[in-house]
Amino acid sequence: MKTALYASAAVITLAALGTTAAFAQSRDQIRIVGSSTVFPYTQAVSEQYAAMTGGAAPVVESTGTGGGMQIFCGGVGPDHPDITGASRAMKQSEFELCQTNGVDSVTEVLIGYDGLSIAHSQQGPDLDLTKAQIFQALAAQVEVDGEIVDNPYKNWSDIDASLPDAAITVFGPPPTSGTRDAFVELVMLEGCATFPAIEALEEDAKEETCSRMRQDGPFIEAGENDNLIVQRLNADSNALGIFGYSFLYENSDTLKAVAVEGVLPSTETIADGSYAVSRPLYIYVKNAHKGVIPGLEEFVTEYVSEESFGEGGYLSERGLIPLSTEERDATRTAVAESTAMTAGN
Amino acid sequence: MSEATVSTRPISQDRIRLRNRRNAADFRLRAYGIAAIGTAIGLLAILLFTLVIGGYSAFVQTHIRVDFPIAAENVDPANPAEGNWRAVVSDAMATLLPGSQSPAETRQIAQILTSNTQFFVRNAVLANPDVIGGTLTLDVPAADIFDQLNKGNISRDTPEANRRVSDQQIGWFDTLVEQGRISTPFNWGLFFNADSRFPEIAGLAGAITGSFYALLVCFVISFPVGIAAAIYLEEFAPKNRWTDIIEVNINNLAAVPSIVFGLLGLAVFLQIFGLPRSAPLVGGLVLALMTLPTIIIVTRNALKAVPPSIREAGYGMGASPQQVIWHHVLPLSLPGILTGTIIGLAQALGETAPLLLIGMNAFITSPPGGVMEASTALPTQIYIWADSPERGFVSRTSAGILVLLGFLLLMNAIAIFLRQRLERRW
Repeated sequence: MKTALYASAAVITLAALGTTAAFAQSRDQIRIVGSSTVFPYTQAVSEQYAAMTGGAAPVVESTGTGGGMQIFCGGVGPDHPDITGASRAMKQSEFELCQTNGVDSVTEVLIGYDGLSIAHSQQGPDLDLTKAQIFQALAAQVEVDGEIVDNPYKNWSDIDASLPDAAITVFGPPPTSGTRDAFVELVMLEGCATFPAIEALEEDAKEETCSRMRQDGPFIEAGENDNLIVQRLNADSNALGIFGYSFLYENSDTLKAVAVEGVLPSTETIADGSYAVSRPLYIYVKNAHKGVIPGLEEFVTEYVSEESFGEGGYLSERGLIPLSTEERDATRTAVAESTAMTAGN
Repeated sequence: MSEATVSTRPISQDRIRLRNRRNAADFRLRAYGIAAIGTAIGLLAILLFTLVIGGYSAFVQTHIRVDFPIAAENVDPANPAEGNWRAVVSDAMATLLPGSQSPAETRQIAQILTSNTQFFVRNAVLANPDVIGGTLTLDVPAADIFDQLNKGNISRDTPEANRRVSDQQIGWFDTLVEQGRISTPFNWGLFFNADSRFPEIAGLAGAITGSFYALLVCFVISFPVGIAAAIYLEEFAPKNRWTDIIEVNINNLAAVPSIVFGLLGLAVFLQIFGLPRSAPLVGGLVLALMTLPTIIIVTRNALKAVPPSIREAGYGMGASPQQVIWHHVLPLSLPGILTGTIIGLAQALGETAPLLLIGMNAFITSPPGGVMEASTALPTQIYIWADSPERGFVSRTSAGILVLLGFLLLMNAIAIFLRQRLERRW
């Protein structure tokens, strides 16, 4: 018994040492970090690339846009990722961070658009909200008769008599999520700009008032798990949920969209910009890694090929809103020529 | 006389009330206990029930038997890898569902099969090039929406506009059912495929291998170190303030939240030592830090349980402390140590938080080849699936949890078996 135990322990140790000894210093897999919104599209391209070329499967990690930028701009070399996804353009501060760390040649690749949707159960009434109404429903402080007060609205009908007499219940993403950033920027800030008293505030105080979500119940931070929001919307037909368009698209049999400023989200309305709650999606490619990390160029070329991000391509099957033909050509040119960015946003 | 006093002594109302109250308190205590057990078992039952209800359908997978004509015009026998496999698949599907078809319809028909069908066909042909010019018959997984339709998760009663599948697509699928081409065998892919963005071909192979490597590293490090530390503390260390402090800190370490170890791993192993992100090696190191205190504590208890008479007998025979420990004390306490180690490893297997911090939640479509290659682990794979929009991943999440629970049960069963079979009582 004793010898058997010792022998098995030795075998396991040897096996472990064997695999450890086999590790390679350089890297043969592409490494990708970045936005959770771009993640599903990068997943799709990675799988297609690995299956098609037989190359090593890329490692795709969802770190959020900001976190991805930090890791991406950390430096050049096999320890640092080759690509980062972003649901907004690279900021000037991030661009400078990249420059400081020697990442001086980065190509910005615009891959498409993503719509943020506000949706609810099919059983609920059709809704059409303005950004101002959404702001009034969800902000911590709103303007009532020229005064800035704590949000008094409990029911949608308190905001506007034409809206249903139902309690405001909205499930939304937590502050760590890129979806939340985009929602605040595209809906809350714009909705808030229609109120003169808030508009008259100092810049910082205005920003603070416009972007702070209420904490007294009607707005519920549902965590990063959008599937949970979908389940809760199905259970309560008066509740609304905020998530990326791809989740609405995948769950269109049980959920329907709320029109914002009179426009329902759809592939067409997001692409032509008439649906106002949409944002561009990017990937950033480290040019210094091209030719060093095997397959990087092929991978990016696959990403911007017509079968992938074109109309009817496999990314649009996952909910990405394709760019126009001219924009796609421009993106492909940028990739082919490895155009380096000269400034952040 | 005493008998008479007892029998005639009047029992006061107070005493009766007191006795009743005590009995009632007894009864209540018992009832609370039963209620507590009932709650615990009930919650566990609800958990298992929802997991099984949600996950059982992921253990089978809809397959469609398709005859692929491998025409020479699509596949050049000299260079089969470069063939037009997309055309092979759409030709095969168009033959199955004849009728006038627009190009858009042809494309939709091909989408009844999983999008990676072209690569399955390519690999099958590459493995057996003789089939070029003939016909290749394969059972191909159906695309997720058809899988869900077949399993009844998409209701046909929903109005067409609100459904992911159109009436026409349902018609095609029903035709295939009539042709007897649809089967729902056990989903081996769940265990043997790596992750995929398509639920129908996504599996746990990468996660299981990753978890195995991480646990291996964890075991190789924490087991010897833990035992050495425990032997020193139990058998050799003098009893003074320093050893007391060390002891208290080991106990504290066992209670540190696991996310803290993840942050430590991120700062030390990744940023200072420069080990690769997402590697099972780093995962294993972090889990080893977590498991170490557990192993030290159980080993010390196991050593303590060996009666002093064994040691004294050894010393009496003139054995050195080293001989007594290696030849007698350690072998006798080994069953207890192994049991504790396995339970510690089982805990490590289910640990998610530290792995998220060191990037073991990446999407990779192939299992890792060693401890330095990026991979996921079982709990992080569940985390990724729980966050995916496709309907098929909802049931796969539950199925993944069931598989994880299965492994935990297996490990605990081994621990119990070892304890029952090997443990000696004195």
